[in-house]
Amino acid sequence: MPVRVQREDFDIGAEIAALRRGDGAVGAVASFIGTVRDMNEGTGVATMTLEHYPGMTEKALESICRQAGARFDIRDSLVIHRVGALRPCDQIVLVAVTSAHRGAAFAACEFIMDYLKTEAPFWKKEATPQGQRWVEARETDDEAAARWREHPAAH
Amino acid sequence: MQVTILYFAGLRETLQTSGETVQLPEQVGTAGALRDWLVARGSPYAEALARGKAVRMSVEQAMAEDGTPLSEGAEVAFFPPVTGG
Repeated sequence: MPVRVQREDFDIGAEIAALRRGDGAVGAVASFIGTVRDMNEGTGVATMTLEHYPGMTEKALESICRQAGARFDIRDSLVIHRVGALRPCDQIVLVAVTSAHRGAAFAACEFIMDYLKTEAPFWKKEATPQGQRWVEARETDDEAAARWREHPAAH
Repeated sequence: MQVTILYFAGLRETLQTSGETVQLPEQVGTAGALRDWLVARGSPYAEALARGKAVRMSVEQAMAEDGTPLSEGAEVAFFPPVTGG
């Protein structure tokens, strides 16, 4: 269940091909890509810089994927999260999950993203025409993560 | 005991330091106690780490709560709520 924190961009096609290669038990692949939008709360985002906590970032992502593997009947998972300076339309994060069937794949993919948004130590800083500002955490992210605690059964 | 403290993101900018090593008095044995001990330094720690401010903590690179115990040489970090993804 690999996790990678890197500056470089990723190719989802190549990554998924590698993830499911040789595993004939896989019948479903679910994935998510997060990308940089060029508007946030009304100001034009010029660049976004992603800071992280080296060491803890990888540990947190590995823990999240282990939880997903324990909770859902999946074959494998992959998380790639970029750091450094990004521009609008750039890819930020990839989550991909393989499973025999789609229910577990969809649910595990969403679970991993919801936990990543609240538990993985990354911080976004935007450079706007008005100056630099740190992105604020959203209440909806905490609510999404809490949802998984309230409904232990897989979807 | 001695612990290493790291500060990230907006908190690092406010405190103007990315980290420090501190020697703690005996009664400071948890993450929450460390936070209060830093607040007691006064400005800018008092405002940045005030109870009521959204500050997250980790001990040995795992998310921590007020009651999480500290150990000799532990790495403790303070940071704003995370915004990855």
